[in-house]
Amino acid sequence: MISIKGLHKSYQMGANSLHVLKGIDFEVEKGELVAIMGSSGSGKSTLLNIIGMLDNYDKGSYKLDNVVIKNMDETKAANYRNKFLGFIFQSFNLINYKTAHENVILPLYYQGVKRKERETKALKYLDDVGLKNWATHMPNELSGGQKQRVAIARAMVSEPKVLLADELTGALDSKTSKEVMDLIQTINKQGKTILVVTHEEDIAQMCKRIVRLKDGVIVEDKKIKQKKAI
Amino acid sequence: MFNRDRWIEIFETIKSNKLRTFLAGFTVALGILIFVVLFGLGNGLENTFNEYFTDTKFNNIYINGGRTSKPYAGYESNRLIELDNEDLNDISNKFDFFIEGLTPRITISGEVGYKLKSNNYTIRGVGPSNQDSEMNVVMFGRYINELDVLNNEKNVVLGRLVKQDLFGDEDAIGKYVSGGGRSWKVVGVYQDDGGDNEERIIYTAYTTLQKILKNTDKVNSIILSYKPSIGYDGALELEKKLKSFLKNKKKVDPSDPRGLRLRSAAKDMKDNQDFSMALNYIIIFVGIGTLLAGIIGISNIMVFVIKERTKEFGIRKAVGATPSSIVWMVLQESIFITTISGYIGLFIGVGFLSALGDTLKEEFYITDPYVDLNTAILATVMLIVFGAIAGYIPAKRASKIKPILALNDK
Repeated sequence: MISIKGLHKSYQMGANSLHVLKGIDFEVEKGELVAIMGSSGSGKSTLLNIIGMLDNYDKGSYKLDNVVIKNMDETKAANYRNKFLGFIFQSFNLINYKTAHENVILPLYYQGVKRKERETKALKYLDDVGLKNWATHMPNELSGGQKQRVAIARAMVSEPKVLLADELTGALDSKTSKEVMDLIQTINKQGKTILVVTHEEDIAQMCKRIVRLKDGVIVEDKKIKQKKAI
Repeated sequence: MFNRDRWIEIFETIKSNKLRTFLAGFTVALGILIFVVLFGLGNGLENTFNEYFTDTKFNNIYINGGRTSKPYAGYESNRLIELDNEDLNDISNKFDFFIEGLTPRITISGEVGYKLKSNNYTIRGVGPSNQDSEMNVVMFGRYINELDVLNNEKNVVLGRLVKQDLFGDEDAIGKYVSGGGRSWKVVGVYQDDGGDNEERIIYTAYTTLQKILKNTDKVNSIILSYKPSIGYDGALELEKKLKSFLKNKKKVDPSDPRGLRLRSAAKDMKDNQDFSMALNYIIIFVGIGTLLAGIIGISNIMVFVIKERTKEFGIRKAVGATPSSIVWMVLQESIFITTISGYIGLFIGVGFLSALGDTLKEEFYITDPYVDLNTAILATVMLIVFGAIAGYIPAKRASKIKPILALNDK
């Protein structure tokens, strides 16, 4: 599903160049649930941004579902993101003046799905995360866990090939974190490929594989015995 | 272009951001409203001005005789210079090219009566073109014409108030009035905006008066209306030429300030035009200033709004919005708001002006304030365009921002 070979990325900071990723080789098969771990500055967010087509890379190759992702213009990247990827953020990033339902509809709107169809579909995905009754509520009327579940429904509604979660439990208490991770595990069981960036060990243990980054290189990549969230 | 989904999306955004929408709309509506009202009041002021100063014609040159104050060419000083029919003809022939109308004027006063009523009136012998130079409007019958002049007809044209004094509601045309022991046939009644005195004058052919006044060919004064197309400078030049021609003909010292007097409104007209122009510039300046203030206002709001929405754009991009769809969304939203509120401001302004009407005429000299619709619509369109440009630039920048930067608030 994801195939990365010899990936390099540096940031230009004035006169200095900051070499963030120093040759990453990384493969993800369909249906995997991978935790990417590392301390801050290890390059894990940069890697996720590159996988999410939110950032470019300098050297190496990156294929997503056998499509080479390289130097895309913004419009094309937007279309690929819409088709291939679903994002889940630490701070939920819901649009605060839209209801839960409208937030979930948004990716379908940009896909050009017909109005009736996208309303039904969005409601179905809200139902999947257990928030059908909250469809007409505004984000500020929802708890943190509910917001993150709306965000998950939004990421899922476009039926992406890969789900990218950046510290998705970072703003949640441990009980809610477990509930959200349970939802992630359920989605993964249905065959969805999921990448979770985290620095929490117990969250990582709920995945099937842990990739550890340090100073821009992968120092450990092992399959683990998955812990159930709940 | 018309995409129902996109409009629904925009309406939802507008509906859920009422304060923002109201602020942007209010700025535009207020800008247009002030523009329309100021512009209208300015036009009203100009209307009053034009009304006051175009009462008598400005392209008249009045020529009068008088006594000389210097001896010249063998003549003594203090000699009486009188104008006559020959001068009239000479002027007519020599300056034909510049002349729109030419009339002599002989003024006497006398008692004129009809049946039992009679009164003392000014009686003027004139030519047909007096009607133009005095801007008399014929109400009934006709004015003095060439045949009256040619045949010394004892026909008279009465001022509106003369007719009212003598005839009341009775029809005057074809009736005879008495004056100086003779009967005069009323052929017309005129009115004049210049005030009551102007409507208490009786006009007749100048030749008729010359014949009655002991058979002379003298006239009191000559009024020449030049063609307005010769302009201010042309008028001054004509006045100079006319003066030297007549002084030469009448043997008056060229440096003699008396003897022959020419009076024209050319200078007044020039001042009038300058003032009117200055008024115009002020109106335009105020209008542009108001518009500019409006444009700056809406630009500020757009910049602020887009800054506020940067995160939202980042989210939209993360879920698959293309940069151009974001720019279009901002543009369509801002154009929609500015158009609606611009026209609201326009209609309130126009309504206000027309409700005002002439109520400010007495105290503030504002007559019939108006804005011609083209100017108002142009102003609105300008505001819309500049509002769109003001939105486009930051929207373009916001649409280019990497979603990860917009969303990075950990």
